[in-house]
Amino acid sequence: MKNDASKNVLNVKNLRKFYGTDEVLHGIDLEVERGEVVVVLGPSGCGKSTFLRCLNGLEEIQQGEIQLNGQTINTDATKWHLVRQKIGMVFQSYDLFPHMTILENVLLGPLKAQKRARSEAEEQAEKLLDRVGLLGKKDAYPSQLSGGQKQRVAIVRALCMNPEIMLFDEVTASLDPEMVREVLDVMQELAKQGMTMVIVTHEMGFARSVADRIVFVDGGKIIESSAPEEFFTNPQTDRARKFLNIFEFSAGKEFVQKKAVI
Amino acid sequence: MDYNFMLTSIPLYVKAGKLTLEIAFWGIAASLFLGLACALITYYKVRFFDKLVAVYIEVSRNTPLLIQLFFLYYGFAKIGIKFEAYTCAVFGLAFLGGSYMAEAFRAGLEAVSKSQIESGMSIGLTRYQLTRYVILPQAFAIALPAISANAIFLLKETSVVSAIALADLMFVAKDLIGMYYKTPEALILLIVSYLVLLLPISAGLSFLERRVRHG
Amino acid sequence: MDDWGIRVIFEGQNFARLIMGLAVSLRIALVSVIVSAVGGVIVGLLMTSNRLIIRWICRLYLEVIRIVPILVWLFAFYFGVTKVFHVHLSAEIASDIVFSLWGIAEMGDLVRGAVTSMPKHQLESGLAVGLTRLQVYRYVVIPQAVRRLLPAAINLLTRMIKTTSLVVLIGVVEVLKIGQQIIEVSILKTPTASFWIYAVIFFLYFIVCWPISLYSKKLERKWQS
Repeated sequence: MKNDASKNVLNVKNLRKFYGTDEVLHGIDLEVERGEVVVVLGPSGCGKSTFLRCLNGLEEIQQGEIQLNGQTINTDATKWHLVRQKIGMVFQSYDLFPHMTILENVLLGPLKAQKRARSEAEEQAEKLLDRVGLLGKKDAYPSQLSGGQKQRVAIVRALCMNPEIMLFDEVTASLDPEMVREVLDVMQELAKQGMTMVIVTHEMGFARSVADRIVFVDGGKIIESSAPEEFFTNPQTDRARKFLNIFEFSAGKEFVQKKAVI
Repeated sequence: MDYNFMLTSIPLYVKAGKLTLEIAFWGIAASLFLGLACALITYYKVRFFDKLVAVYIEVSRNTPLLIQLFFLYYGFAKIGIKFEAYTCAVFGLAFLGGSYMAEAFRAGLEAVSKSQIESGMSIGLTRYQLTRYVILPQAFAIALPAISANAIFLLKETSVVSAIALADLMFVAKDLIGMYYKTPEALILLIVSYLVLLLPISAGLSFLERRVRHG
Repeated sequence: MDDWGIRVIFEGQNFARLIMGLAVSLRIALVSVIVSAVGGVIVGLLMTSNRLIIRWICRLYLEVIRIVPILVWLFAFYFGVTKVFHVHLSAEIASDIVFSLWGIAEMGDLVRGAVTSMPKHQLESGLAVGLTRLQVYRYVVIPQAVRRLLPAAINLLTRMIKTTSLVVLIGVVEVLKIGQQIIEVSILKTPTASFWIYAVIFFLYFIVCWPISLYSKKLERKWQS
């Protein structure tokens, strides 16, 4: 899909990353339109998490360009803390601040980094917490919440910054199966409301239903990029086919069905 | 056992106890600031100063307080810099305590996980905001047991300042023994005084530790 | 700065006498350390006993020794015991006693900590592989306990060495006292002597304690892996 670059929220050109002399990301190109939901799939260790972390400056890149709304953000002069206000990131380990209440967790960014008025920020925070059903927990501490609840708060915390784009790094990977659904529901609703999202996940069924586009990464390169239906029913490349086949065992098909809902 | 003597001596001990507490308070407060500054310098690897801090910590931890005090009080006097005994005491305690506090804070800072820091970064906090709102509160809670232990240690070390003629508890006891030969009485009051000072503070700090831990 | 003052260190027997004085303090520390090593292990093991009363007595002993400053104990033993029991203790013997009691208490706590922090399944795994109880203790439990113990024990050693500086205050003729004698003698010729002498004493303690703590850190690093 060739987009008019100026309409894109995110433009990544020839992103290359090295760990020492090891090249882990080999010239990745990606364009994400406003309101688009891109799901990044790939086997473990293929570099998809690393790639995501490059987008908000948590990892350094040695070559290439990252543009947010047409502005290059990976220059030496970049003040990353300002850029990160526009890029929301949710981690696998949610990492709420244990010494603050839920509300304080959500308000820290808006009040200190964005210097917004307390009343306005609080209003938005409470509205968002209510949308994910956790308004009643606003004065609780993270240790009192379940994993799924914490992850939903983490999403709200990122949303409250009014980001242009949201990045999700395997956010359900460390949750108990029962809690995965509540988090995916939140993400699905976010997508429906038109948030621009880049999601790294292993949840195939979810990927299929929420994505506008699937990007398949292996060995630090984008192997395939297509619409979800196409990708899951008719993968173009061998590697993609092999990847999807992982989800079929000779025995125990029921296990397979849970994750790769075809 | 001369109980009457003990009763009449109590006001002396109370006065001395206050001085002990005062010196300990300023010494501990100064050592906290010094320790935190050193720990932050080491944590953020501030060039040149981190080497200075490393040297300071080694010197401070490997020399006794008594020697430091004598050096400051008697030694410097003879080359023309006269420190008052009170200043020496606080300075000495701060010098000694600073390195212990630095170690406590350092351990606390390093215990704050990388993912907490990344979380804070990804909501757009500057390094200063990150340190102030995310790292320090957690580091402090983790370091609190060590800090409390150090505070108690410093309070006990104040007994050494009697050597440079400050009228703390130790000094008063020595004085009474010297003047009236009421050794057991003076010593019992001395031990009781320290217990009275240290036990509540120790209990109070344990209480604080428990409250600060939200896991 | 009067750099003639520094000469006082090299005059006559001054430096040698200072070293001898330091040896006095170190002897006290050494004696106490040996006693504490043995006594501490005993007390430490006692503290893991099943009998509540034994644990309580040990705990009480530990807390009382710790909460009162060492200087106070030195005074209590040197002046107090002499007065109350009419036994004359030399300042050095009193110091030996106080430091030994302190060391036993601290060491006991360390041993207790090392033993109780041992994961129970270490012992069980050892038995499960067919070792006798004694063998498990010898090859599994004790080496690990020693590793947990040693850094803290060495730290205790440096603390003891530093604290022996206090014995000058009950009259033991050790390095600080000798330093003061040298200063008194030199005061007319070299008025800045006190600065240099105290500086040297400062340096001497550092030279003794620092290598020990470096060694302890080296051990810790080696055993980290």
